[in-house]
Amino acid sequence: MSYKFTEDHEWVLLEGDVATIGISDYAQGQLGDVVYVEVPTVGDEITKGDELAVVESVKAASEVYSPVSGEIVDVNAELEGAPTVVNEDAMKGGWFAKVRVTNSAELNDLMDEAAYKTFIEGLDE
Amino acid sequence: MSETSSTKKTVLYNLHVELGAKMVPFAGYDMPVQYPAGILNEHLHTREAAGLFDVSHMGQVVISGENPARAIEALIPGDIQALSAGEMRYSFLTNDQGGILDDLIVTRRENDLFVVVNAACKEQDIALLTGGLAGKAEVTELTDRALVALQGPKAVDVLARYAPEVVAMSFMNYREVEIDGVPCFVTRSGYTGEDGFEISIPNDQAEEICRKLLDETEVMPIGLGARDSLRLEAGLCLYGHDLNEVTTPISAGLIWAISKRRRIEGGFPGADIIQADIANNPAMKRVGILPEGRAPAREHTVITNEAGETIGEITSGGFSPSLGIPIAMGYVPLDFSAVGTKINLLVRGKSRPAVVAKMPFVEQRYYRG
Repeated sequence: MSYKFTEDHEWVLLEGDVATIGISDYAQGQLGDVVYVEVPTVGDEITKGDELAVVESVKAASEVYSPVSGEIVDVNAELEGAPTVVNEDAMKGGWFAKVRVTNSAELNDLMDEAAYKTFIEGLDE
Repeated sequence: MSETSSTKKTVLYNLHVELGAKMVPFAGYDMPVQYPAGILNEHLHTREAAGLFDVSHMGQVVISGENPARAIEALIPGDIQALSAGEMRYSFLTNDQGGILDDLIVTRRENDLFVVVNAACKEQDIALLTGGLAGKAEVTELTDRALVALQGPKAVDVLARYAPEVVAMSFMNYREVEIDGVPCFVTRSGYTGEDGFEISIPNDQAEEICRKLLDETEVMPIGLGARDSLRLEAGLCLYGHDLNEVTTPISAGLIWAISKRRRIEGGFPGADIIQADIANNPAMKRVGILPEGRAPAREHTVITNEAGETIGEITSGGFSPSLGIPIAMGYVPLDFSAVGTKINLLVRGKSRPAVVAKMPFVEQRYYRG
């Protein structure tokens, strides 16, 4: 299994039919110190492009959009007490939610790690 | 992250970039929003030690003439004639409706006034002052000077290494001192709630002095992000957010900035409306707000009563690094302005409980001698 990325800096890791979703290390660096994360409710249905979570830094709130459609099967409860995990471990411990995907073909449009690296290099120029 | 050709730079721009600042457009200037340490660390460091802020985007203005202190009172409700040379006061330019056009700091000097105004308003303010004082006083913008703020409990120790006489200054006092041989205007004031100084330095020496101050172990560079969270904790207003052309000073809780003489005499734009506000109480009042839970409530968040009816709006809101909880300020009807009043905040469509709270959220620690 390998990470896939959106242009909005979300990452998806698909294991079986369950996609774990978070934001990239680049994104957490841009946001700065995360002070609050609003995660979705387990059992809710989500459509690709819908708001999945909201990440608040000291200065602003940023929406995180779901790169896939499906049912929310788990959320990262640890973030409530320790939102800085998003800064410290964006690609693993800082995940937001797990979605049982209804259409895994939605992942085909996403970038792989190498393409995403090129993408963010272009942004910093 | 492209910058437009119309964005101006302060003389400290190269230093910010060298320090690794993230630059953002603010009030027409390319300004550092944060440095690599990040807003949380910068904020906490300022409360614990000392932070250096570039506020050169703000307008520095000198008003000279036969009696500039009396002349400016036609435009602001501040009691400037009561000031002795070397004293300063917070005031605001008002319009005929009693609304606030900008807030500013006026320092009375031996022969003139030294005024600092907000960056976003400075063109308007200078035009207003120039027009309003025509024939009575001359208004000159000091474009040849940078302005920095050194804030925090260690600020005085640091600055005293260069200019020992600053130790004797009290909050809201002004002195002309030499820092490393450079003539500077120093005021014991700031926008963080901490003890500290604002230092006006000739442009060509500003970077060198800032480098020296940053070399002091107590001092860290601080960006606009922490400047905002620090002033919010201190309960200080941000023009264009907590104050605007329709908020009156009384509604904003700034009656303390209008002396008894000026309340009675009036003689500034909108005096009749402000006097009526004092006599009858304004309809809305600025209050501190503590949201329950950890979700910050940002500017423009709708405030409702327990029945769900809209009663007001948050004008500044965010996270308090010092307290580790969200804090906010906003306007509510007078009936809801008592500390402890329960209100609700509509955050992303969800009603969340909050309570009207005392400000400042973090005690101010000004040096009053």
